[in-house]
Amino acid sequence: MGTDTIAAIATPLSNSGIGIIRISGPEAIDIASKVFRPKREKDIKQAATYTAHYGHAVKDGKDIDECILLIMKGPHSYTAEDVAEINCHGGVVIMKKILSCIIEAGARPAEPGEFTKRAFLNGRIDLSRAEAVMDLIHSKNEFAMETSLKQLKGSLSDKIRSLRKEIVHSVAFIESALDDPEHYSVDGFSEQLKIQVEHARDDIQKYIDSSDNGRILKEGIHTAIVGKPNAGKSSILNVLLGEERAIVTDIAGTTRDTLEESIQINGIPLNVIDTAGIRYTEDVVEKIGVDKARDSVIKADLVLYVVDTSVPLTKEDEDIMKLLTGKQVIVLLNKSDLETKVSESEFLQRGFQNIVPVSAKSLYGLEDLYERINDLFFDGRVSFNDEVYITNMRHKKALSNAKDSLDLVLKSIEDRMPEDFFSIDLMNAYEELGYIIGESVGEDLVNEIFAEFCMGK
Amino acid sequence: MKNLEEFYDIVVVGAGHAGCEAALASARLGFKTICFTVSMDSIAMMPCNPNIGGSSKGHLVKEIDALGGEMGINIDKTYIQSKMLNRSKGPAVHSLRAQADKKMYSMAMAQTMGNTKNLTVRQGEVTQVLTQDGKVTGVKTYSGAVYHAKAVILTTGTYLKARCIYGDVSNETGPNGLQAANYLTKSLKKLGIEMRRFKTGTPARIDKNSINFDKMEEQFGDEKIIPFSFTNTREDIERDQISCWLTYTNEETHEIIRENIGRSPLFSGAIEGTGPRYCPSIEDKIVKFPDKNRHQVFIEPEGEYTNEMYVGGMSSSLPEDVQYAMYRSVTGLENVKIIRNAYAIEYDCINATQLKPSLEFKEIGGLFSAGQFNGSSGYEEAAAQGLIAGINAVRMLKEKEPLVLDRSQAYIGVLIDDLVTKETSEPYRMMTSRAEYRLLLRQDNADLRLSKIGYEVGLIGEERYQKLMEKEALIEKEIKRLNRVNVGASREVQNLLTGCQSTELKSSATMAELIRRPELTYDMLAPIDPNRPEYPEDVREQVNINIKYEGYIKRQLSQVKQFKRLEKKKIPEGIRYEEIGNLRIEAVQKLSKIRPASIGQASRISGVSPADISVLLIFLEQLGQRA
Repeated sequence: MGTDTIAAIATPLSNSGIGIIRISGPEAIDIASKVFRPKREKDIKQAATYTAHYGHAVKDGKDIDECILLIMKGPHSYTAEDVAEINCHGGVVIMKKILSCIIEAGARPAEPGEFTKRAFLNGRIDLSRAEAVMDLIHSKNEFAMETSLKQLKGSLSDKIRSLRKEIVHSVAFIESALDDPEHYSVDGFSEQLKIQVEHARDDIQKYIDSSDNGRILKEGIHTAIVGKPNAGKSSILNVLLGEERAIVTDIAGTTRDTLEESIQINGIPLNVIDTAGIRYTEDVVEKIGVDKARDSVIKADLVLYVVDTSVPLTKEDEDIMKLLTGKQVIVLLNKSDLETKVSESEFLQRGFQNIVPVSAKSLYGLEDLYERINDLFFDGRVSFNDEVYITNMRHKKALSNAKDSLDLVLKSIEDRMPEDFFSIDLMNAYEELGYIIGESVGEDLVNEIFAEFCMGK
Repeated sequence: MKNLEEFYDIVVVGAGHAGCEAALASARLGFKTICFTVSMDSIAMMPCNPNIGGSSKGHLVKEIDALGGEMGINIDKTYIQSKMLNRSKGPAVHSLRAQADKKMYSMAMAQTMGNTKNLTVRQGEVTQVLTQDGKVTGVKTYSGAVYHAKAVILTTGTYLKARCIYGDVSNETGPNGLQAANYLTKSLKKLGIEMRRFKTGTPARIDKNSINFDKMEEQFGDEKIIPFSFTNTREDIERDQISCWLTYTNEETHEIIRENIGRSPLFSGAIEGTGPRYCPSIEDKIVKFPDKNRHQVFIEPEGEYTNEMYVGGMSSSLPEDVQYAMYRSVTGLENVKIIRNAYAIEYDCINATQLKPSLEFKEIGGLFSAGQFNGSSGYEEAAAQGLIAGINAVRMLKEKEPLVLDRSQAYIGVLIDDLVTKETSEPYRMMTSRAEYRLLLRQDNADLRLSKIGYEVGLIGEERYQKLMEKEALIEKEIKRLNRVNVGASREVQNLLTGCQSTELKSSATMAELIRRPELTYDMLAPIDPNRPEYPEDVREQVNINIKYEGYIKRQLSQVKQFKRLEKKKIPEGIRYEEIGNLRIEAVQKLSKIRPASIGQASRISGVSPADISVLLIFLEQLGQRA
């Protein structure tokens, strides 16, 4: 295991810019020297670490592409093994050709995420960083990518680490006081601990809350477009998509099924579901569509309610609005370029807060819509830049276990249990948080006690 | 001249607390045993503090007793004061401590040793361990006599190349001026055993008649004492108790020490051994806690028939004149007469990572070791290891699996696992904080945890075992009953609850639910539980604890489950770590040296990272798949 040399194309397989092919393992540099011919005659195998070399990728003595070769020797490389990276001129065909030369020269194609796995196994990165890299590989959108990058940089690791440090410090104090009551008094410690634990618990809750967004980030925010038949739902979707995807006609009831599309607005991924217009119908096919639409509303994180303002509100609108109770809704007053029969105040009265006049035809009001979407999900609740997002189910589970344990500590404090009982649940919280960054328990505690407190007899 | 030659099954080298337990265990299990001591007058001697037990050490004694060891019985015979510590805290940290009559303790143990079948106690210095083909074959003494044996247990305590030091005075003796053992180290080194040097210390003994007790706080024993041995009841061992006394150091004391600290051999460099951080000398305390303006000093009697008093908390290796000045600055000790000086002692011992968890040397078959020789400190730690070494020497001769207690079973398990896994750089002292699962490892349930094992080993008799089974059944039955019994909101019940500062019942509850209220106990609820059978105190205690802390106990049990998962992942003995790719070099070195038995043990080695453990797990997984 791990003793062979692996290679893969490390950049997206698209025909743009520069492509990187990474080779990692004990033979990495040797293999690179077989497929890369430096411009000036020198032996790549003798090259120092962290050096770049200009030259050509060659196959059977013929140049394939002009390249830069980067040499990074273990343990100071991403995988902590010897790594060679060939930077070539993009192009799927070229990259694949170079890779196949590398494989011929003795490397094995890397499994997805195998570089990261090696980095983790070699102790180069901790588990949460490794997982962030995996998320990065799998993330499909800009924002999720940014989050992954942040986790990779270790902001999650750092936060978890500092939480754990606080917890272990408290445990160490309790334990010190047990073993050396003469020098460490727990008088008043409960009150102090209570504040600290409440703090930690709230922090963890915040991360858990963010994990719902984290999930959203990976899967997209479930967004349903609803409205009466022919209110212009499909036109709105088309505008959002920027292409004619749904069939748009003037005949009410054209969209008979739900359509689902992934789009991004300011980097926020939306899974937009265009639904059949909701109305009472005898048409069996259309009826299925209407039922599905209701379903979509129930499951949606966000509802775009499209209203045709050129006609007055009807019983059908009332039905739809009933369906929207408790949902995050943006009311789109469509066809606002025409003479309006419906005013904003009618919706304000009914408790809708986000009302945006738009026109699918003239693209009027779209910026407003984007801004509202942005606000609804991020403004005041989570910010783009300095918060941690939990995008991994394993992390979420561990966080919520840790939070439960801290709640039990608070319960013990409330019940006025002796301090030595606090340790059990504090340690559980510590352990759970440790799962996220793949750190073990036990040793830390003892070391902390040793480092922080010295005891007398 | 023909040298003496004798044949035994097991040789024990040393008759301190470890040696006595080891020798008694092996003799009681039917093996012909000889135990050597440098002096017949120093069997089970207590050269430092005059007490047995205390925080977490009390647990060890209870566990020794539950497994069929002698320490608990011996202290019950010879205690002069008994106290349960930490009563205001949770049951996990209640800890029993008894003041011993040192002389009586030693004599009682010597008598037990003398009267034990299969056991010979012999005065003499062992100078050589004999081996053949990597297996132990016996020992040789200073006189040249050879004692053949299939197993040898080293329990040399602080005697190997011992040196006692205070100020610039240095005596090449063991504790209390006893003869040091100066030859064995060389023989052990020849066998490839790595030796190291540790240091410990003891305070002065002072004359009772020179102390002004009026200026001190009297420390009484408990009114209702609890025996150490599960074989004793309170009535069996109740007797008049002798008080200890509490006084304090003061700024003057600290000033004297600070002024003279340069004359301490510790600070001047005359002492090379590493001392225990958790048993610091008064000099250490002054340096470590510069903000404290006083430290506790316990004046403890050394026995009923002596005027010597132990000055607990003030061990020192300062010169004689400074010792006088410093002790005399303490309230109540203004005119004190020193009978024996405080001193530090240096001795040879080993890094116990050379041992298997059975306490047998990895490289030398049949050679075991226990006690301070293994780098621990304290009578109780020594006795616990001695008992296990004795049991395992026998099990080796019987070709049985060794007895290895894990960290979730006993403090003894924690102690030995720490010693053989972690490279302790100072004398190892047992502490409550070292036991991760301490709510399960209480002193009150040591018999329930361990006596079945003691029975299987053969040190617990049939009668005691049957009694234990009965106790266990009664506890279980009563807990079941309490979970079923419903209590209605009658006037009588409400009165009792308000009388106990508890809130009244709104609807009916089970008796167990009431016991779980923080302010109530099992015994308090007796008046409203008319069908409660009459149970002995130890059963009532278990019922109360088990119900009251059920939630915590359950959570701790699930921690144990997690722990056991890694303990059960065994690492094959012949594994070659250097062949596992991706292990860091430091991890390869540590793992190759310590050769852990399980992934769990491997994870506790300092210098082995979680990533290394992942690599190991993956490697074992692949190994399993190939097989």
